[in-house]
Amino acid sequence: MTTAAPPERPAPVREEEPVRDRRPLLLAALTVALLACALLAAGTGAYAIPLGDLLASLAHRAHLGGHALERVPESVLWNVRLPRVVLALLVGAALGCAGALTQGVFGNPLAEPAVIGVSSGGAVGAVACIVLGLDALGSWTVTAAAFASGLLTVGAVYALSRSGGRTEVVTLLLTGVAVNAFCGALIGLLLFTADTAAISQVTFWQLGSLSQAGWTKVLAVLPFAALGLAVAPRYARRLDLLALGERPARHLGVDVERMRIVLVTAVALLTAAAVAVSGVIGFVGLVVPHLLRMLAGPGHRFLLPASAVGGALVLVAGDLAARTLAAPAELPLGVLTAFIGSPFFFWLLRRTRRRQGGWA
Amino acid sequence: MTALLEAGGIGCTVGGRELLADVDLAVHAGEILALLGPNGAGKSTLLSVLAGDRRPDRGEVRIDGRPLAAYRPAELARRRALLPQTHEVSFPFPAAEVVRMGRAPWTGRCSAAEDEAAVARATTATDCAHLAGRPFTALSGGERARVALARVLAQDTALLLLDEPTAALDLRHQELVLRIARERADAGRGVVVVLHDLTLAAAHADRIALLDAGRTVATGSTREVLDAELLGRVYRHPVEVLAHPRGGAPIVLPERPRGAD
Repeated sequence: MTTAAPPERPAPVREEEPVRDRRPLLLAALTVALLACALLAAGTGAYAIPLGDLLASLAHRAHLGGHALERVPESVLWNVRLPRVVLALLVGAALGCAGALTQGVFGNPLAEPAVIGVSSGGAVGAVACIVLGLDALGSWTVTAAAFASGLLTVGAVYALSRSGGRTEVVTLLLTGVAVNAFCGALIGLLLFTADTAAISQVTFWQLGSLSQAGWTKVLAVLPFAALGLAVAPRYARRLDLLALGERPARHLGVDVERMRIVLVTAVALLTAAAVAVSGVIGFVGLVVPHLLRMLAGPGHRFLLPASAVGGALVLVAGDLAARTLAAPAELPLGVLTAFIGSPFFFWLLRRTRRRQGGWA
Repeated sequence: MTALLEAGGIGCTVGGRELLADVDLAVHAGEILALLGPNGAGKSTLLSVLAGDRRPDRGEVRIDGRPLAAYRPAELARRRALLPQTHEVSFPFPAAEVVRMGRAPWTGRCSAAEDEAAVARATTATDCAHLAGRPFTALSGGERARVALARVLAQDTALLLLDEPTAALDLRHQELVLRIARERADAGRGVVVVLHDLTLAAAHADRIALLDAGRTVATGSTREVLDAELLGRVYRHPVEVLAHPRGGAPIVLPERPRGAD
């Protein structure tokens, strides 16, 4: 094949991308902050554990020297604090990554996993179990029902918006709106028939919390979170191309429909797993990818891992705040993230308007 | 001449309305084929059929002798590129990054140096080296159009489909775009370009396919197709075809009522 050589020698493309150099540094800084925050959270609480003891116990369990602590601090650390910190980390990473994926798949900075019905669908399952008193799987019933109905709802949204082998984004989003409203009505109907105890349990579940954390919950989330987090980066480059629009992405060789099925499934797994163990924790998936995009540009090869780390950082810090700010009482984590997240989002909105004259 | 692309008996029906009927078309290496016709004639529909976006209800499109349906998306992306009419990017990617996206189909098949060279050639040719670091979303309409063209050129395909590439451009950049199309054709590529400016088509195209109501009413050299009587009938407006005083290329003007003089 011949190539079209222009008559004059091509000038080199000028690189004016100072943001590019910031990416590895930012990712490293986020990771360090996450580790520091996780250690702080593991040591802080009603029973304080000094950092030295904490590291010694971690090293001991990893067979790297160190020493076991006395019975009480060892038990507090390994049965209460660490599972909670690890769960916060996993849920945060899942929500952050799912948020970045959703925005990329829909080419819309305002999309979040909730738009495809995964959160409200999960809530229907959980609320139905609580209100109807179902306990086929014992204490796991609510978690399993939330996960299953979250996935089922996404499947329904996708199937309903498909026509002729293709899915239009607008149809998908509008179907999500309709299904969300339907789920809201179902929850309302269930609450209408519920007794007071069930209503307060539902309310607490919907506020979002990690207070029921334990290693079994960590193990329940881990495979889904790991699967979703492992699949996401493989699609980073193709998500960049999708920003050009569906047709241009297809012209560049992307199998758009297949990619969308894979990524919507990944979003559903990540979010459903998070919702199942922690209830509805809003705004992490929306705000974290936004903030990172502003700091270091929209390239998904950076954005996907950074959103996972950033989401984990926000939830570990948020959960630490939730259980220490009003100690000995515990604030609901979902309330806290939305309470801080929404004004922050508003600030981002104003700032973007000022700088670029609108969302872009 | 070898046909890069052949379309035979293409028909598309949507909601009982025939968008395309019995369209035959061949694009050869080394030529610019202009698709002309009034609004709603089916030019963009035909282009999306040729690009493989829309499966025709009747007929078949072949690229390099192989039916479109037999290609995997990535294989097709190394053979044809399409410049769409509108240029949107959902997130503020820098213009240089947008141009580089054109190299995606060649990932793993080209060295980084070849990729960079293709990007640099495309960027220089379209006069957008100075836009490299700016976010695409902050560019003007004409700048976006040139960056989008650079992306399509960087894709480096034997077949280039351009949907109204001159619509948002000033006079200088209109000429620039068609000169690039000419260079590509001279280098052995095939170019299909949808245009509204008949004089522009006359000056740059080798052949013209004239569409009306989903059918090709004429295909041939510029002088054959740019006939005053035929154009008047197709566009439902009387036109004059003049010859350029130097070279004799056709100039097409709509007939305008003369002011009282």
